[in-house]
Amino acid sequence: MEQITIDISLKDKMLALFEKNKQLLFKNNSKSMIDIKNNAIAKFNEIGFPHTKLEEWRLTNIEPYLKAEYQHHLQTKPIDVDIESIFQCEVPDLDTFVVVLFNGRYIYKHTPLTKLDNGTIIGSFEKALEEYPEIIEKHFNKYAKNDKNGFVALNTAFAQDGIFIYVPQNIIVEQAIQIINIINTTEEVFVQPRNLFIVEKNSSITLVSCDHSLTQTNSFSNAVTEILIDENAQLNHIRVQNKGKNSTLLNTTFVEQKNYAMLTSNVLTLNSGFIRNDLDISLNGEGCEANLYGIYLADKTQFVDNHTFVDHLLPNSNSKELYKGILDDKAKAVFSGKVMVRRDAQKTNAFQANKNILLTDEATINTKPHLEIYADDVKCSHGATVGQLDNEAMFYLRSRGLGEDCARMLLMYAFADEVINKIPIEALRVRLGNMVSKRLRGELSVCDQCVMHCNSKSPTQFNIDLSKL
Amino acid sequence: MLQIKHLRVSINQKEILKDFNLEVKAGEVHAIMGPNGTGKSTLASVIAGRDIFEVTEGEILYKGKNLLDLPPETRAREGIFLGFQYPVEIPGVSMANFMKTAVNEIRKYKGLEPIGGADFLKLMEEKKKLVEIQSKLNNRSVNEGFSGGEKKKNEIFQMAMLNPTLSILDETDSGLDIDALRIVANGVNKLRTKDNATVVITHYQRLLDYIVPDFVHVMYDGKIVKSGDKHLAIELEEKGYDWIKQELEANASI
Repeated sequence: MEQITIDISLKDKMLALFEKNKQLLFKNNSKSMIDIKNNAIAKFNEIGFPHTKLEEWRLTNIEPYLKAEYQHHLQTKPIDVDIESIFQCEVPDLDTFVVVLFNGRYIYKHTPLTKLDNGTIIGSFEKALEEYPEIIEKHFNKYAKNDKNGFVALNTAFAQDGIFIYVPQNIIVEQAIQIINIINTTEEVFVQPRNLFIVEKNSSITLVSCDHSLTQTNSFSNAVTEILIDENAQLNHIRVQNKGKNSTLLNTTFVEQKNYAMLTSNVLTLNSGFIRNDLDISLNGEGCEANLYGIYLADKTQFVDNHTFVDHLLPNSNSKELYKGILDDKAKAVFSGKVMVRRDAQKTNAFQANKNILLTDEATINTKPHLEIYADDVKCSHGATVGQLDNEAMFYLRSRGLGEDCARMLLMYAFADEVINKIPIEALRVRLGNMVSKRLRGELSVCDQCVMHCNSKSPTQFNIDLSKL
Repeated sequence: MLQIKHLRVSINQKEILKDFNLEVKAGEVHAIMGPNGTGKSTLASVIAGRDIFEVTEGEILYKGKNLLDLPPETRAREGIFLGFQYPVEIPGVSMANFMKTAVNEIRKYKGLEPIGGADFLKLMEEKKKLVEIQSKLNNRSVNEGFSGGEKKKNEIFQMAMLNPTLSILDETDSGLDIDALRIVANGVNKLRTKDNATVVITHYQRLLDYIVPDFVHVMYDGKIVKSGDKHLAIELEEKGYDWIKQELEANASI
């Protein structure tokens, strides 16, 4: 464990931490990976943390969250815990393969890395580095862009553990993989999970990621996920975020799609302390399809930011994007969606929409859908709406006997439903739909069940001895 | 059942209803006719509780209660139903969910247990037949993608589901072809009892061939200027509203 004093900036701390812990950070790394990490830390040194003078971070002031006295746990050995004693799936009919990241490290019941009969590998990134170095070598940092911002470079430099998923060619993984990200400590932690998901040609998989925090301590999670969806492969990625008010979460996901690859992404933010989701998609093939859906519900002083970037590099691909938000109290949200259509990307269809409901005068949304088009034979549209609940609809419902709260609830749910009903697995759609309505009724706390269910009533009973880490 | 006394209503400082009076008793059907812009729809909205209007004078008593004190949902639970001239589309809210919620809110108000799932579906099917709705209604969003005729049938369907005591039908006939008009009117007639009452707002006498009114009122410039029985509607159809206007001007000049 590294104890760092408060009087130097987090940037300097991180640089020093890197210098001091190279042996740990480079463990099982090949020469080229070490080069990547050295270059990444140099990049981070050059650009530092993003700040509000940068256009992409103009409305996302991260600086206050960099000031806490965070602990960095770089030394680790994988620990063996009975995951089922901690979690129990609440979704009936949803048979999932569960993996858990606890404070950014992989925890497991029997083995850190599972190879299914069909050749699919699921487990710890750190362990995969040891057992499948050739796969990691081939893909690590090939899709992430370290110059996107300092957080990405920093994550690359410190990449140690996270979730590793590899689906070989021609495999349909029937069982959904559930990835539980939990932050739970009594101390303030800074964690940097690094995930790598590879879906080879003609294969298909569904992932359900759940970002969850169980304690009210300050925490900072800087997560980077790299995803390759190879030719004719398919990935459904559902992300559920239910975070405590003192947690800061940066989720940066890079997706590379080859010919005819298909991505469906649903991001459901139910509670956020401070959340920023960056989704960076390269449609680097012909006939690709990317469907990005999101819903964010925020109240009190919660902040949620969704930045998406869809890069159409080659012809005949479709992208479709719909993000919707309901903001109450003094909540703030940012949506920035950029669609780039490169010169070669003829016959592109790109559709983008962001719709918001503000329930109070003090709730804020900054929305910026934008298109940059260099091809001349394309169909693109974008738009954003900000409004209140429809008064006509409210009156219609009330004139049939529905109370004001009930009518409001029904309309808010209806607004969210357009996104919910895009979730491809029915059991999950129903469960998440219920979570959303519970959230809208104000009955969903951050300590409530995620898609997974926490058995322990009191978060402090979550019994993992951190000294083992 | 309903007494409207000296009602004055404005919107944005513009007075729409000017000393409006009406009494409706149980078992009666009243028709309110009149040219565009005379305040017919405003009257319907004010009875149902739309809050964009300002009542500056007068009162509305319903079963002896002061209606103006009650929010729209309480009026609905007390048995008032407004058939909208322009039914609102609500994407994402299914008809089944909407109706089940409405029925149960009203039952709760009356101190009754919520209706069971099977009973509810049976009720839906039964009432659909009343207005000859063939399509699957349950999972469709409220009025979304409905044709003009379907929307109006849907209003009468909801009326049948909620079983109101006083129904105000605001131009339920507008935009209907002759078959749909017959279906809607049949629906209304089948729901008539000696204990409930209906106020039909319309431009045209045509609807009144099907829904035979006990009283016909002509509204002009925010109040009722002439009342009579069903023959008044026929006379109006023949002579047009100008006849009323001329009569009013003649009276004024005396």
